[in-house]
Amino acid sequence: MTSQRQALALKTRFFTFLVVLSGVCGNFSLSWGMRQVGRLVSLSPFAYMRAVFNPWVALGISLLLLWLFSHMTLLSWADLSYVLPVTSIGYVLSALAGRLFLHEEISRWRWAGILLIMAGVALVARTAPHRSGAAS
Amino acid sequence: MKWLLVAVIAAATTISDVLQAAAMKRHGEIRDFRPGALRRLLAMLARNKLVVASVAAMTVSFFAFIALLSLADLSFAVPATAASYVLETVLAKYLLKEPVTLGRWAGASLVACGVALLAL
Repeated sequence: MTSQRQALALKTRFFTFLVVLSGVCGNFSLSWGMRQVGRLVSLSPFAYMRAVFNPWVALGISLLLLWLFSHMTLLSWADLSYVLPVTSIGYVLSALAGRLFLHEEISRWRWAGILLIMAGVALVARTAPHRSGAAS
Repeated sequence: MKWLLVAVIAAATTISDVLQAAAMKRHGEIRDFRPGALRRLLAMLARNKLVVASVAAMTVSFFAFIALLSLADLSFAVPATAASYVLETVLAKYLLKEPVTLGRWAGASLVACGVALLAL
């Protein structure tokens, strides 16, 4: 029984790591690619095809697919109220990636906003009733 | 334009999240990671209406997100999408008639203030 619980804890840690890593790297890769593609706002799906063929955007999509599958897998046994706060570190890591690799100017206000959002997500999740109620 | 895209992303993400969580809870814990079992799982998820609807909402959210990335910073776009927590809380209260605790309102308000700070 204990070894089973340990295995579940290890599995949870592994998938949590995978969710955060794939999310942060995926968003970064998309951002990098969209800088090459240029301004793109359209209601037509065809306009986005040009973007999808950019290698960085394609890599970003692959990583976000990995995010999707690891997130769904994790949610199949872990509560959303656990998954949300631990993966909210992704907001800070994404901002750091923007600061370090895309040379974005992050004002003090923006950092404060990001930290507030992280705290807010943690609070929402801690007090959230089980989402499982919705499914049963 | 930035904020319009943020609104579209928040709405589509909220719909997608709720459907996805409901579908996966109903499915139960995934234990078998052998290729054959994963293939069967994928085929089953592809037939699951909740999963299909969730993926459709996610697609809308995704295209709005890359549009946002084409005109805004990464360090703005990613935290701004957290606006979905505010929307989820409001929807839970008024549409689903769920009891929303004080703590949850406080959390959603913190997220809202955080998103507002991104505008500065």
